[in-house]
Amino acid sequence: MHVLPYLVAVHLFLTGCYGLATSRNLIHAVGCLAVCQSATYVLLLAVGYRDGGTAPVFSDVRPGSRPVVDPVVQALTLTDIVVGATVTALLLALVLQIAKRHGTVDPDELRELRG
Amino acid sequence: MRHLLPLLVALPLLGAALLAATGRRLPRIAVEITGFVVCGGTAALALVLLLNSSPPMTEWVGAWPPAGRESVGILVVGDGPALGMATLASLLTLAALAYSWRYFDAPPHGLTGAFTALMLVFQGAMCGFALAGDLFNAFVFFELMSVVAYALTGYRIDEAKAVQGALTFGIVNSLGAYALLMGIALLYARTGELAMARIGHGLDAAGPGGPDALVLTSFVLVLTGLLVKAAAVPFHFWLPDAHAVAPTPVCMLLSGVMVELGAYGVWRVYGTVFAGPGGIPAADLTRVLVTLGALTAVTGAVMCWYQRHIKRLLAYSTVAHTGLFLVGLGVLTPEADDGVALYLLGHAGVKAALFACAGALLDRFGSVDEHSLHGRGRPLRATGVMCAVGALGLAGLPPFGTALGKAVTEEAVGGPLTVVYVAASAITAGAVLRVTARVFLGLGPRPRDAEYETSGSDEEPETTGLLSRIPDTMTTVPAVLLAAALAVGVSPGFGTLVARSVGRAGPGDAHAAVHWTAHGVLLGVASTVLAVALAGLAVTRPDRTAAPGWAAPLRRLQSGHVGDYVAWLLVGTTVLGALALPGVLGY
Repeated sequence: MHVLPYLVAVHLFLTGCYGLATSRNLIHAVGCLAVCQSATYVLLLAVGYRDGGTAPVFSDVRPGSRPVVDPVVQALTLTDIVVGATVTALLLALVLQIAKRHGTVDPDELRELRG
Repeated sequence: MRHLLPLLVALPLLGAALLAATGRRLPRIAVEITGFVVCGGTAALALVLLLNSSPPMTEWVGAWPPAGRESVGILVVGDGPALGMATLASLLTLAALAYSWRYFDAPPHGLTGAFTALMLVFQGAMCGFALAGDLFNAFVFFELMSVVAYALTGYRIDEAKAVQGALTFGIVNSLGAYALLMGIALLYARTGELAMARIGHGLDAAGPGGPDALVLTSFVLVLTGLLVKAAAVPFHFWLPDAHAVAPTPVCMLLSGVMVELGAYGVWRVYGTVFAGPGGIPAADLTRVLVTLGALTAVTGAVMCWYQRHIKRLLAYSTVAHTGLFLVGLGVLTPEADDGVALYLLGHAGVKAALFACAGALLDRFGSVDEHSLHGRGRPLRATGVMCAVGALGLAGLPPFGTALGKAVTEEAVGGPLTVVYVAASAITAGAVLRVTARVFLGLGPRPRDAEYETSGSDEEPETTGLLSRIPDTMTTVPAVLLAAALAVGVSPGFGTLVARSVGRAGPGDAHAAVHWTAHGVLLGVASTVLAVALAGLAVTRPDRTAAPGWAAPLRRLQSGHVGDYVAWLLVGTTVLGALALPGVLGY
């Protein structure tokens, strides 16, 4: 049971990479990159999970009264999401500009920078 | 003094925020001056801190020191290498801002402050990465640095190649960053710590029997991220595409310091996290870095020699030199670390100056193609001279800083790897000398066009029109950079100073006196002579130097297709794992 989230993370990462390597559309490729990134969210949250733990919000839970999940990894995940939003937005803007300048979003047709 | 450390990140970011908020209402001159003041102030602060960096400083940001064994604060480390890299990044940013004084003549309407603001964010992110004492913040600054670099690479969004190169750069580097983050998550899972030194202690405490699969996996993932940034083969494909299309001041930063920060990251992370008994054995790191580094140096040198697009040529020369840095770091001796530090400083000056010269050609003639520029550079005497001097610096002609650093590293590395050092520096410098001879002197017959290449003929100049004369800023900046590269090798005691600050940060406070040796001078002169001979051969006998059959597949790998690059990244990760595996199996 405990291995499952880690396997899911590996699977997501490799699926994203496969999509990136075979993509025929740059918007799809940026989406695949987001899939790779979601693997990092799953991994981080899996690392911080505690059996029977509750959310680390101490408004109604007395500190020390019951186990809570690790709040550090949740903070890391949130930071990661912010980073991911920036990257995705920037890359999509670049794709938009590629579509305008090259008239295509197929990476197979973008082969100017060779050799 | 240590409380000032976070300012190295905060100052440029505040300056950038100020420019982003008010830039569009200010006249251009005010924006430039604000950029200079903020960037120069940060550089001065970095220099002051660097001079006070022994003993090394550490600062828990926001006064959150660790309570007992638990730490939640953000750790900033100010030792010699960290502050040295921060100073180098700041000074190069200052040089790039000075170079772009007359650049981008008319910024896009309503975006007057954008370029300067982005450069300041870049500076802040590089300083942050250099100073980061915990892995997660290293990742955040790694990403911030990357995102700004993508934006700056694609700054001229009207140019088809620029946006394509920026997208490739973005996808490959982001994927590397996510691999780095997964490695960090695994290390956190094992040790419950994020500060690098504490992770190192945690690994040693958890695994006295040696590394296991988790340590190996995290090592491979972390190294993948850092080596993508350092552009080691086979993670290097993004670099030539990005450098060929980025605006010249950005190239100066990318090649001069950002790529080297990847190598610095490898040194820092291995030394503080994986070097202990619970980490990766030294023999494995040596195998990984020496193999990949030598491969990188050879690939970079070969690809560099067969380029006609001058900026791409310089980009491949950066690939070759990072390979040399990685080999030096891989042998894990204090002398090699000192040598690499000096080599890196000299290389930053020389490479940034050469990019500045290429930028002058681009803005004067609207081309960076060696073939179409044949003989046209004759009027640009100053630029030509600087190009030649830069090439000699690249070859490691004493007394350049590159030569001193290379000599010290060669001595430490020893054996057959010396051949790699001499050959890679001679070939890359030979290519630059060949360009200089053809473009600025018009020597030799006009070379004929080969079939499979990126030419640099119809490039957009980065100024509003072609320049009729090169502005003073665009000749002064490379001259100052070359002088700085020379000063690294010439100033008495500078080498020892660098060695002492690197040694103090490393294990065991070991440091050696760095000085010129007869052996090193001879090797430096030998590689310079070899470079001149290669350039002479290429100019007089262009037929003899056409790409042979064995180089063609290597060039075909650089396909410009982002999917191929991602596939190579996965191959590289697997290779890393395979190279590091024996040490884990040994336990």
